[in-house]
Amino acid sequence: MRRLQTFQDLFKRYRRPGDMVFALAFFAFALFLLLNLPFQTTWVEKRTALFAQPAFWPAISLGLMTLFAALHLAGAVVSQRIPGRLAEALYWARSLEYAGWFMAYVLLVPWIGYLLATIAFCCVLAFRLGYRSARWMGVAAVFAIATVVIFKGLLQVKIPAGEIYGLLPPGAFRSFMMTYL
Amino acid sequence: MDAFLSGLDLLARLDVAFALLIGSIGGVIIGAIPGVGPAVAIAILLPATFSLDPLVGLTMLLGIYGSSMFGGALPAILINTPGTAVNALTTYDGHPMTKRGEALRALGLAYGASFMGGILSIVALILFAPLLAKIAPMFGSREIFLAALLGLVLVVLAHRGQTFAAGMLAAFGVFLQTVGLEPVKYTQRFTFGQEWLASGVNLIVVVLGLFALSQAFVLLTDPESAPDTQRIKGSMGRAMREVFRHKRIAAAGSGFGVLMGMIPGVGEFTAQFLSYTYAQKTSKDPDAFGNGSPEGLVASESANNAVPAAAMIPLLALGIPGEALTAMMLSVFYVHNVIPGPGLFQNQLDFVYALYIAMIALNVIVVVFMLFASNWLMKIIRVPTRFLGVTILTLSFVGVYSLRNSITDCAIAAGFGVFGLILKRQNLPVVPIVLGMVLGGIMEVKLRSAMARVKTPLDFVDRPIAAMLALAIVALIVLHVRGVIREHRNNLPEDAHDHDIHDSQTR
Repeated sequence: MRRLQTFQDLFKRYRRPGDMVFALAFFAFALFLLLNLPFQTTWVEKRTALFAQPAFWPAISLGLMTLFAALHLAGAVVSQRIPGRLAEALYWARSLEYAGWFMAYVLLVPWIGYLLATIAFCCVLAFRLGYRSARWMGVAAVFAIATVVIFKGLLQVKIPAGEIYGLLPPGAFRSFMMTYL
Repeated sequence: MDAFLSGLDLLARLDVAFALLIGSIGGVIIGAIPGVGPAVAIAILLPATFSLDPLVGLTMLLGIYGSSMFGGALPAILINTPGTAVNALTTYDGHPMTKRGEALRALGLAYGASFMGGILSIVALILFAPLLAKIAPMFGSREIFLAALLGLVLVVLAHRGQTFAAGMLAAFGVFLQTVGLEPVKYTQRFTFGQEWLASGVNLIVVVLGLFALSQAFVLLTDPESAPDTQRIKGSMGRAMREVFRHKRIAAAGSGFGVLMGMIPGVGEFTAQFLSYTYAQKTSKDPDAFGNGSPEGLVASESANNAVPAAAMIPLLALGIPGEALTAMMLSVFYVHNVIPGPGLFQNQLDFVYALYIAMIALNVIVVVFMLFASNWLMKIIRVPTRFLGVTILTLSFVGVYSLRNSITDCAIAAGFGVFGLILKRQNLPVVPIVLGMVLGGIMEVKLRSAMARVKTPLDFVDRPIAAMLALAIVALIVLHVRGVIREHRNNLPEDAHDHDIHDSQTR
């Protein structure tokens, strides 16, 4: 077997389990958006050519999106079913847990501040993933502190100070924490 | 020559040199870690570069872009796992050489070929720049519209076997950029009465979700793995010099890289394919290709490393990015109100030269770094994958949240992260969405301004470049359909192909 048979091979991709679920969901989403086109865009009557209408590009993109999604779905329907559909859908669902962890971190930052939230997030998530030894906890904490120092302290990216810093006694230490950590 | 010297002068600053050093060495490390590609790193760093001077920010990102492929060759050769998507072809010949006990020779050849590819392409483009400065002004609104359309058509057609999916995802990208308050007639588009949708869907939020967060989710959800590696012994410098025995192939590879890199939506894979085929056809030992042929390795690595410099051409000269990484860089320009396009080549040629000189410098830095650092890099790439997921997630937060301190942005990015994970699992590409967003925005603006002077549809293509672009679009679609029909007639069995060669969606 020659591994590089044709030019096309380099660009070819193959179906995976769960393709039907995805194709169906995406088609439904595209169709939903397309049906909403008349209600979610405005047709300007006065002296406006077709290509300058606000609805022009949404109409073109949604038309193409629905057409291609329908063809993709048709491709999935006529192809042989690949076993493992449920397992694949469950895998997708499992990733939601980590999206949840991420959002918890996002919600925590405005309250307890960037430094504490990052240390807590890295250590707790590392613990959850099974890195439970003192060494790994230390690595996670050092990584968290380094991230905060580099991005907030040195690069000065815009992350507002946490509410918790307001509890510190007024003075140089509080303003240092608010500005750099 | 004046512009060249003035470009050199622009670069002679401590902050630029520092950014270049961080970018190039950081890029090698990021490229060497399987699971973190340059796209993840650039997406995370984008918002941080907004506060920097445009040249400093761009050299850092360019450093990551240009040097990641050097790093990506290391795991491709030693553990048969490409560090970045474009090192996939390197595994074909690199890993068999390692198995024969020629790991050092393979690495030396790969670094040497990457270096030659990088340098030759940049030199070619520096010489080519004055010509481009003459051609670029011939691109008016309609030509830029057609070039953007060509890029979109190419990126869809390039995903063979999944053309429909690539088409729907590109259309989704075009749709996404229309959401929100539209700036000409001030009407709402697809906001569903929600205030948070009125300002639209931010490109960087989508990019961070699709590239960085999705990769973190994949790493966190997949079972743990940490690659086993071995130490390299011997002189790397001597091994690198062997590439001079394959000068012809390295030069051809760079040539293909430059040509393909300039065409939006095509990129490294086509360049590598053409270079590899050329090398095999002209080789005295064509059967060794795929079984550890040094020539194959040189062909693949010289071609992929010649692309980044060339990919900057459509971005700088026309403002049209050809792939995801240059699309991200475009936002750096926008934030600083430097609008890339014909004017940049005409009026700020020194800036363009400065970027190219920075790329030469980064290639030199990386090669010197690689002379000593291969064994050290092997230690770094052994970071357990799930812990790597934690680090990407933590860094992604900085990227999304620092943009406008919006929790909604973070939620949207997380949503796109899960969507990106599904796409990766489905073997579907994320790049068409990003290009659809960027090129869709360009097309909307340019069509509106172009149509002001167009009376009949034929007027649209009455200028030579516009006509050529329109013909190219039609020809590509016709050729694609013909290719699909021919392939269908040949009816090759599925196992005659390597299904996993194109795995850019997993990175």
